[in-house]
Formats: sequence, structure tokens, C-alpha cells
Amino acid sequence: MTVDLDLASRVLDLVRAASPGAQAEVTVDRTEQALTRFAKSFIHQNMTDAGIGVRLRLHDGGRTASGTTTTADADGLRALVDRTLAAARLCPPDPQWPGLTPPTAVRAAAAMDEDTAQATPAARAERVRAFVDGAGGLETAGYCGTTLSQVTFANSAGHTAQAQAAEAAMSCIARCPDEDRAPADGVARLVTRRLADLDGGVLGVRAATKARAAVRPVELPPGRYEVVLEPAAVNDLLANLAMYGFNAKAVAERQSFVELDRVQFDPAVTLVDDPLDGGLPFDVEGTPRDRLTLVDAGVTTAVAHDRRTAAAAGTTSTGHAVPGAGAFGALLCDLRLVPDSSRPRVSGEADGPAADADVAELVSQVGRGLLVSDLWYTRVLDPRSLVMTGLTRNGVWLIEDGQITGPVQNLRFTQSYPDALAPGAVLGVGTHAIALPADWGTRTYFAPPLRLASWNCTGNASG
Amino acid sequence: MDEFATATAAVSAALAAGARYADARVMYRRTEAMDARNGEIESLAQTEDAGVGVRALVGSSWGFFAVADLTDAAARTAGETAASIAAASATVAGPAVDLVPTLAATASWASVAEVDPLAVPLSEKGDLLVAVTATMRDAGADQGEAMYRIWDTRKWFVSSEGHRIDQHIRECGAGINALVIGDGETQRRSYPSFRGQYGTRGWELVRDLDLAGHAQQVTDEAKALLTAPPCPAGTTTVILGSEQMALQIHESVGHAIELDRILGWEAAFAGTSWLDLAQLGSLRYGSELMNITIDPTVPGSLGSFGYDDEGTPAQARDAVRDGIWVGVLAGRDSAAMAGLDYGGSVRADGWARLPMVRMTNVGLLPGAHSLDEMIAATDDGILMDLNRSWSIDDRRLNFQFGCEIGWEIRNGRLGRMLRNPTYTGIGPRFWRSMDMVGDTAVPWGTPNCGKGQPGQTGHTGHPAPAARFTNVRVGVTG
Repeated sequence: MTVDLDLASRVLDLVRAASPGAQAEVTVDRTEQALTRFAKSFIHQNMTDAGIGVRLRLHDGGRTASGTTTTADADGLRALVDRTLAAARLCPPDPQWPGLTPPTAVRAAAAMDEDTAQATPAARAERVRAFVDGAGGLETAGYCGTTLSQVTFANSAGHTAQAQAAEAAMSCIARCPDEDRAPADGVARLVTRRLADLDGGVLGVRAATKARAAVRPVELPPGRYEVVLEPAAVNDLLANLAMYGFNAKAVAERQSFVELDRVQFDPAVTLVDDPLDGGLPFDVEGTPRDRLTLVDAGVTTAVAHDRRTAAAAGTTSTGHAVPGAGAFGALLCDLRLVPDSSRPRVSGEADGPAADADVAELVSQVGRGLLVSDLWYTRVLDPRSLVMTGLTRNGVWLIEDGQITGPVQNLRFTQSYPDALAPGAVLGVGTHAIALPADWGTRTYFAPPLRLASWNCTGNASG
Repeated sequence: MDEFATATAAVSAALAAGARYADARVMYRRTEAMDARNGEIESLAQTEDAGVGVRALVGSSWGFFAVADLTDAAARTAGETAASIAAASATVAGPAVDLVPTLAATASWASVAEVDPLAVPLSEKGDLLVAVTATMRDAGADQGEAMYRIWDTRKWFVSSEGHRIDQHIRECGAGINALVIGDGETQRRSYPSFRGQYGTRGWELVRDLDLAGHAQQVTDEAKALLTAPPCPAGTTTVILGSEQMALQIHESVGHAIELDRILGWEAAFAGTSWLDLAQLGSLRYGSELMNITIDPTVPGSLGSFGYDDEGTPAQARDAVRDGIWVGVLAGRDSAAMAGLDYGGSVRADGWARLPMVRMTNVGLLPGAHSLDEMIAATDDGILMDLNRSWSIDDRRLNFQFGCEIGWEIRNGRLGRMLRNPTYTGIGPRFWRSMDMVGDTAVPWGTPNCGKGQPGQTGHTGHPAPAARFTNVRVGVTG
């Protein structure tokens, strides 16, 4: 990674030579992303891309601009600097420029697993094979992916930081034939810092169990239901809370429901963002990242800041700047809903369609409600109230007197996510959180299962 | 640098490593994005990226490798690596892969740009966004937003069958939004649509939009929406404006007719389709007024090109004719798998992504009635326009869409403005209720179509007129 530090330094030198007073920050992002994708139980897409991105943001003469390139040779870097300086000179003044991150200690990232970083197509294909075999003859689809990220940061204030991380993930379904209906799908997902921890066979068995239990679903009428959301479904709540709720820019613009120091959630809800589990320990502005508590036992305590929103709010950056943050704002990257530690950890597989024993325990507490595996195509109806619409997917079951009594057809919901987690609304939290891959981007969320008092189902398969 | 030579080196290396077919795309892409809010520039980002992506078919297994290095050595390694990845794919092998034939053309194509968008001074662009957002702010918007986006892509395609095609595609667009914040909710009005309007055209597209001329109106309407009555819940006749129709087509037709979805290749993520290939040519998708075309030749539309990313020349075809499903969006391998004889709808989002079936321009042919005529012919209904939210199931059947604004229709006249209009339905049932189609189709551009793993963002076009639908459930709220 010394090469990348030299590369970043060269960019800074070029900026200094062209405009000695400019403030500049450089990020060199070297990523190797590999995905072995399968459908109809065979590998149909298998890709690797090895890329480098050099991102320059500078503030020159009171004006700000940024640029990126993947051409890291001398000509490419010079073109990047020239182009970005020219752009800055044509931009309007930026009086809100927050300045550069000063030299600051950055804690070391978690140790990277080399086998994951060097994972081969054969290693990924083995896990796909295991999933297909584990599904016991059902049609299967999904992927096994590995990603290696090496990030280097340097700015003209003298601050540097480097980190690398590797992760492996599987997100797969098994599909059970269901007479003249569409196949019934069962899902299994996991992301981990160690490829060796990905057991395709276990995931295949789990997905197939769910799929077989989802055939001949009945239609339920729209209405409000008590629900147990499996971690894959809770993942969507966390993703949207991160994007629309705990974004300091959205809060400042009054487009978020978040209000600091208010009881906005059930006491069972504690949300933290912590890169300790293998996320990068600094953001694109070089700000060190540390554990950040967003909600503490139901009380909203923090939002995600970058340097710009922090300066405007009179506080310090939390280290959640992302590229393009000027328009969008800061984004949580390693958000975790803290599991219930008041009970012994419940782990292991479960009989039936519950993803694991932790889910099954929450199910056993429900008088009448629904077990929901996954949420799909969720969209915001109003960002301020975070009312979302979407559908269930990959299996829904009716729970009666603590027992799963039968599968249910997918339901459309229209639900405010904060309201679903409001005081009194959370009836149970699982005892451990599962790390789940994001559909887009590089964020990882950690979700336990949840039991919620009310989920507003506004439509069913009939419309 | 000889880009064709780089691509050829990659293909040759893949063949030498055991591939029976290989293709490579060298791409240079420059982008520019500016955002402004309330009279100030929020961000300006310019990107440049270049690399080569190689596909190799070894036996009946695919491999793809991409690298941001256009040296000959890197290209050869990329080809070899793609072939080795394909060999690993054979660990979990599938059925035999064939490719429908396509003429191995040597060709060059470029979209038409009267004004090169990247040559327009940044000061002019910045002044435009600053002024229009200041107007919205001064008119009472809590947030007056404006943006533009520019993409300039050059690509060189070589295949082991002899294709040698270069294309230069320039795309741009812009838009404005006025956001007002009320008690517990926000209202937004946009022009020409929330993310703007886009095409394979130059900066003349943005000048023609006349953003400044609409800033006051969108702000006034956003403010009015805060106090407008909510869309009532019930079942009624709905007229959808042209822009919302573009979304309706994209979500409930365009994705449903993607052949890779129909074949089950996207089952784990994007989903499948409710369409069954056995019913191609006989299924009633919608009313007899429903005529949907797949047409990448529409001049200036966002989904247009000369050749797709498999070297198949752009060609128009029907997807739905007189309400009957007759065509799909296909690639060379998916078409062969389905027993069809055409591809032509495969594109990759940059050099680092493997090409896959994407919408091109999927549009509804215009009909016989003006919007005024449709309103006049409606005794009791709601006119809705400009998409605000969209959600649909994984088979592209059950949808719920929301619009920015609605108006009551009573006895053939527009009445009260309505806020938060939503409607929901089941795709084919909804399309079969279409009983009037507008006479003017606007070629809307959607720059944010997401598909694939790793994710790819596709640019699609949707020529769409307004249209009327009956017995539609409206007013679904949380």
C-alpha cells in the first residue's frame, strides 16, 4: 500500500505546484470485486473487476470542486489535477467549506483475512456447489462474492490514513415448485470477514427448508398485523433509517423525522454504527471513525455528520462522509441494531421456516401474527415521516398461538418505519445480530430479528 | 493508444486460453454532475474512467474480467483471466450455451449533439442552477434544488466473430425540484420530472427545457399541495400524465419483458417475470389500444445506440401489438436459450460490468386523443402526474405508484388539486383497463434503472403519451 501513498502524494504535489495555496485531499481506492452468480442451479455469470479510483477534492481561492479518474499514470493524474483546478476556479465561492481534517490518529482496522482477500473463482464456485447440493434438488439462484478494498487517504494538511478490508458474502434462494403458481422461494444470506465462515451447504439447507414450507400460500386480507421480521427484513429498516433518518443534512433541512435527545423509539431499540467489525476506520475526508450511538434505549442521541454538516451544526464530524456528500449528506456504513442482551443468546438452526432458533423464539411469543422473511422494493412515500411502501418476499407465514400454521401470499405494506419502532411498538428483539450484505454499495448492516406490535399491510396478491 | 488493438489483444488471449467465443469492450467515460440548492452550488464532480472488460465463453460457461489498465499486457492478462473464470464456472455447469447469429460488423456510430455538453462553460451551467434555485427559494420553497448530469462515453467493441465497432454516445439532462415542508409531511413539485429529463443529445436538450421558466410554477404548486385535500381512497377512473406513464411502462412492462428475467436468471435479486414464454404471441397483456415498441433507433432518446454491447445493430420491434404480447428484450445467449432469433438489448454500465439484458427505448405508441379530450370524456376520475414513489413485486405484477400531484375530474372538467395521489394494481388487469391513449408521446429518459449483481445503473428511454384507465384503486396510505 506504500505505492498508493506515493500515488496520493504525487497528486498533492501536482496540486501544490499548480496552486500553492489550494487545500486538497486525495483518496486512492483499490478494489477487487468478484461475484460468482448462479441461477437455475448453474453458474451463469462469473465476474471479477480490479479497479483503481483516484479521487481529488480541492478548495482553491475559496471555491470547491472534485474529480476522479481510473487512469493512475502520470498523464492521468496530471489531467485529474488540471481538470479539477479548472473546475474549482469556475465554481461560485464556497463560504461553508469546512477545511481539511488535521493530522489525527486513526485506529487500526480489524485484521484482514488473507484467504478472503485472495479468494479464487474456484473457492467461490465450491460454495455455490455446496448451496446447490444443500438445497436438495430444488432450483437455486444467488451469488457468492468476495471483495478486497484498499483505501489510502492523504491531504495537504499532512493527514494520512490507510486501511484494507476483505469480506465474503452469499445471498441465495431456493425455489420450490408450487403447482400452477410461481415457485415458492426461501432465502439465506450472510456476509462475513472470513470466507471460511461461509458454509454454502448450511445456507442451502436453510433456504430449501423455507422454500418447501412456503408452498400453497393462502391470501390474507389487508390490515395491521403483529409481525416477526427476520434479519433480512430488518436490514431494510436499517438501510432506510440510515439514508433518510440519521443523515445530518436531512435533519438540518427538516426532511428527517429525527430529533436529538427525544424519546423516539421503543426502549428496546439501541442503534450503533461501529466499524470495529471490519469496516474502514476512516471516511473519504480522512476523519477517523469510531463507535457512534444513534439511539440509546429509545432516545435519539446522534446523527451522521461529515465535516460540512458538522461545521454548520457546531459539532465535529462523525466520520461518515461519502463521495458526493455535498448534495446528499453523510451515511452510516456499519449500522447495528443491538441485540437483546438481557436473555441468553439463542443460536442454532430451527425446525421449520424460521431462519434460526433466535427467530423461532420470537415466533413462539406471538398470539396471532406474521413471520416475514424479507422486504422488497421498498420506496419512500414521504421522507419526513419515513412512510415506506414495499412488499414482502421470500416467504411469509401465519403465526397462531406461537406456532407457524401455514404460508401466506406476499403482502404489500405501507408503513412508517419510525412508527413501527416507536415506544411500545417493539415487543421483542433477537439475541444476536446477523451481518447482511447490502444490495447496493459497500455498507454492511447487522440485524437481529424483531417482533413488532403492528405492521400495516395495505394490499395482497389480488391487489 | 489503439483501443481496437487493446480489445483484440484481450479477445485473442481469451481464445488462446480455451474460450470458443470472446468479446471485449474498451470504454472511456467522462461524467459531470452539478447540484445546487437555494441559490448555491452544493457539489460539482467530474469523473473520468477507462478500462477494458472481457467476456469469455469456455464450453458453455461464461467468465468476465475487467481491469482499469489499457496496456497490451493487461489486456492479455484480462483475456486469460476471463477464460480461467469461465473454467471455474463449469464447476456448476448449466445447459449448452449458443449465441443467435449477428452480422460481424465493422462500424462506427455516434449520437448527435448540437452542443457538446462538456464544452459548455461551467460558469454558464452553474449560473443556470444557481439562478433557478434562487428563484424557487425566493418564491417560498424550503428547498429549491436543481441538477444536471452529463455522460460522454466512447467504446470500442471487438469479438472473436470479427466485430469491430466504435461508438461515441453523449447523454445529458437536467431538472428542478421545489420542496416545501409542512406539519409532518413534505410536498415536492418537479420539472420536468424528479430526476430530470435526459436523452442522447447535447446541451441543447437542457436549454430547450427552459428550467428558469418553470421555477415559479413548481414552487407555487408545491405550496398549494400542502393545503390541498388528500387523494380520496376508492376505485375510480385515472388519467396518468405522460411522465407517470413512462414510469408505468418501465416498471410493469419493460422489466417484465426482459428475457433474462423470464428465463429465471435474475430470480435471486431483481426477480422474475409473470410472463410465460409459452404464451408469447398469444397472451393478452392489455387492451387493444396497447402497442408497446422496443426501439433503440429513436433519435435522441436516452436508450438509443447504434449497436448494443454484443455488436447487434439497433433495430425496432414490437413488444405488445394490439394488446397481445409479441416480443422481448433479449441478448444473444438468452434468445438462443428461448428459441428466438434476435438479441439486440444487451448493455453494460461501463467497462467494469458484464453486459446484460437492459431496456432500450420501450414506449407506448400514441393514440387518438388529446389530454383535454380524455379529461372531457371523464365524468368522475383523477388526473395524476409526475412520479413520486414506485414499488412493484418481484414478478412485476403487484404495483403501487405515487405521484406528485393530482386533480379531481368531475363532469369532464378538472377540479380541486389533490395531494399524495397513489394508485395500485395488478399489471395485466391494469393495462386491460386502458380505454383512451393520448396523441402525443414524449421520449422520457430514465437515468437510474438498477439491475444486476454487482449493481449496474442503466439508461432507458420511454416514449409515452398520457392514457386513461378504469376501475383503479387509489388513495392507499400508511
